[in-house]
Amino acid sequence: MAKYDITVNGKKHKVEADPDTPLLWVLRDNLGLYGTKYGCGIGECGACTIHYNGNAMRSCSMTVADVGEAAITTIEGLSETASHPLQQAWREHDVPQCGYCQAGQIMSAAALLASTPNPDDDEIDAAMYANICRCGTYNKIKAAIKSAASK
Amino acid sequence: MTTDLQHSRRQFLKITATVGGGMMLGFSWLKPYGEAEGADIITDFIELNGYLKIAPDATGKGSLITLLSPNPEVGQNVKTSMPMIVAEELCANWKDVRVEQAPLNTAVFKRQVAGGSQSIRQTWATLRNAGATAKHLLVEAAAQEWGVPAAECEASGSFVKHASSGRSASFGSLAAAAAKLTPPAPEAVKLKDPSEFTLIGTSQGNVDMEAILTGKPVFGLDQKVPGMLYSTALRPPAFGQKLKSFDDKAAKAVNGVVQVFRFANDNKIAVVATSTWAAIKGKRALQAVWEDDGTLESTASQYEAMRKKLDEAAEQPKRNDGDVKAAFATADKIIERVYESPYLPHNPMEPGNFFANVTADKVELSGPAQAPERFRGEVAKLLGRDESTVSIGLTRMGGGFGRRLRGDFVLEAAEISSIAKAPVQHVYTREDDMTAGIYRPASMYKFRAAIKGEQLVGYHLTGAGLNAGNVVRENFFPAGAIENCLMESHDLPSKVTTGPWRAPVTNFLASAEQSFFDEIAEAVGKDPVQFRIELFERAKANPVGKFEYDAERSIGVMKLAAEKSNWGKAPAGVHQGFSAYFCHNSYVAEVAEVKMEGRRPVVKRVVCAVDCGIVINPVAAINQCEGGVIDGIGHAMYGDFTLEKGKPQQENFDKFRLIRMGEQPAVEVHFVKSNTDPTGLGEPTLPPAGGAVANAFYRATKERVYVQPFVKVMKNLG
Ligand code: FES
Ligand code: FES
Repeated sequence: MAKYDITVNGKKHKVEADPDTPLLWVLRDNLGLYGTKYGCGIGECGACTIHYNGNAMRSCSMTVADVGEAAITTIEGLSETASHPLQQAWREHDVPQCGYCQAGQIMSAAALLASTPNPDDDEIDAAMYANICRCGTYNKIKAAIKSAASK
Repeated sequence: MTTDLQHSRRQFLKITATVGGGMMLGFSWLKPYGEAEGADIITDFIELNGYLKIAPDATGKGSLITLLSPNPEVGQNVKTSMPMIVAEELCANWKDVRVEQAPLNTAVFKRQVAGGSQSIRQTWATLRNAGATAKHLLVEAAAQEWGVPAAECEASGSFVKHASSGRSASFGSLAAAAAKLTPPAPEAVKLKDPSEFTLIGTSQGNVDMEAILTGKPVFGLDQKVPGMLYSTALRPPAFGQKLKSFDDKAAKAVNGVVQVFRFANDNKIAVVATSTWAAIKGKRALQAVWEDDGTLESTASQYEAMRKKLDEAAEQPKRNDGDVKAAFATADKIIERVYESPYLPHNPMEPGNFFANVTADKVELSGPAQAPERFRGEVAKLLGRDESTVSIGLTRMGGGFGRRLRGDFVLEAAEISSIAKAPVQHVYTREDDMTAGIYRPASMYKFRAAIKGEQLVGYHLTGAGLNAGNVVRENFFPAGAIENCLMESHDLPSKVTTGPWRAPVTNFLASAEQSFFDEIAEAVGKDPVQFRIELFERAKANPVGKFEYDAERSIGVMKLAAEKSNWGKAPAGVHQGFSAYFCHNSYVAEVAEVKMEGRRPVVKRVVCAVDCGIVINPVAAINQCEGGVIDGIGHAMYGDFTLEKGKPQQENFDKFRLIRMGEQPAVEVHFVKSNTDPTGLGEPTLPPAGGAVANAFYRATKERVYVQPFVKVMKNLG
């Protein structure tokens, strides 16, 4: 095991883990941040999406050793009072079905809106293609992203 | 077998205490690991029956109402809609209501199953009675206190009011007195007329919304208790193989791996570790030797065997009306088509997992389960325990689609915990989830139609499936509408495990059948909608034998879909395809619209008309319908799962293609207005979707598609 200092949601954490441990499992098992989900472990589903210095990344496909000085944000740290425009829009549209993919969807969408405040359909499709929703909430996700963008 | 009610009452208190309590939410009723019993426990909640308990709010003027949601929540949103039914009859203000997931408790609840789209249909009466009975007691308590006849009192918005004296009391203030009254006789309990509903029929947001939006631990995989270990299992890589021997040196050398052992009749290897990652790494480091245990099946030869079967007569037909042979012998025209579909894994986004803590005197289980009552029995049997010592807590499920109706992951968790002598969170990796599946069986159909003049006079359906049971639905349309109707089913044995997958059998049967009806309509020169309506009219006027559907309601959804989609009047460049199906007690018709983008046909919109009786929560009902349509289209177009020598060839989402953002059509849902008792929506919109798309593709490309997934044969789909 090795020791790492990582910054998650603005807080510094000391964690002990093997260097090859995916950040996903460090977040969940070591830090108890369960909002970031395991779906595939190979970067194909987006359930584990977090922000790495503001960019949407798959936490299953980066190791704890890769984190370094980067600022990591998870769904728990997206906003203090669950008031991010996307969280508001998600409520307004009643987006989730099972809900499992939704944290990853919101984190991908948040990174998209940060770089492209008014995305069109093609831009939303391209940015969200990496996030599978097995329940098929895609239309609601798209509508909610558009609502959030207009706020 | 009964569950101790005292125990269940304690559970209620524990659940109350942990609202917002963080990590333990969702299974904190596990007694040894429950939250510290702090001062914030609300102890004055009064349980009026197993479904609800009431306390005064902090001001003392209002009410806090906790409703227990009995059925497992798998994304179908029963955790919101079932309590809405109770709250309606209780006359509670929905804002005063908090919802808790009930654990398995067969002493109080009936049929705690998420399956067959039956949660709402089968509990409708019970839930209404639970609410109405409690309301009766609250009204009675108020009437006694005020010394007025109960008939002069009315309940609404969590208050009982006496109009002539202007008196009013909150449910919270009345609960203690109400609990002391003798429950009313069932016939004394009055239910509302649907015209009096004020909550049912209004859109209410998902009760778990805040937890989902902020990443609270509400799913099975999010469970953690002190001292808990994590486990994974290595299983035979191919159907038809078994474990011969293994070397665990490298696995045991992985940091965090604490135990490695054989289990499940010595056929699997468990790795128990201090973290999920160590359990996964340990499993990867195992060196196992497998040996063949019978034939190893491959997709190509399985398909050959099914095709051959389609030409054989079954020993006993499932349905045989009239004289099919004569109808075909004297037909002007015969159409014959064969349709094929592959195995499908369920692929819920949350892979299989379960928490188990097996100790000397009890077995505590918790996690995502669609059929917990069955699992309790299976675990008790496996471990040789009395069922009364086995408890199951229910977490929110990250999808299920039928996969969690089978309890392999629960049994593995329980056995591993009992051997490891520790509480474990047992985890399937995505690869485990996809390759150790309980698949939708691969199946094929041969349809034959005998046409005389403009009439369909004979119908002969032969189905064949792999380990699939009966693959025809002999009491569904067109049974009842055609004088000469023969339906036969062949079940081929296979080692590949199969089971219910969202809308079992009909998920492909409907798609194939509705494509075939499009061809018959074309052959007789009729509009596809009109052609179907005429057949249903025949079933109404001259019903042939027994059948399950209501022809009038079938016609109703078909007309609604045609009207809302402007059927037959689509703008240039928009190609429409029609499909309709009845299953799981609900009626659905769909119109798919396809546009050509270059050489590629693209599904742009689906108009979906639904008759499920009373709609409890419209926003959630629309979500279910839309999800079913997109699921149906996604799997019809892309879903392929194959075997080589018994070994699954798709293990993760790099090889197994699920529909993704941008590939889904817009979905428009319209409900038939109805006061009929409600039926379910988890499945019914899925079966017709594939056929609607196939028929629209035909209009757009002039090509019929007989094979699922469509991408396998339609190269332009991309
Ligand atoms: S779990 Fe990381 S992309 Fe699927
Ligand atoms: S809401 Fe279930 S996977 Fe997206």
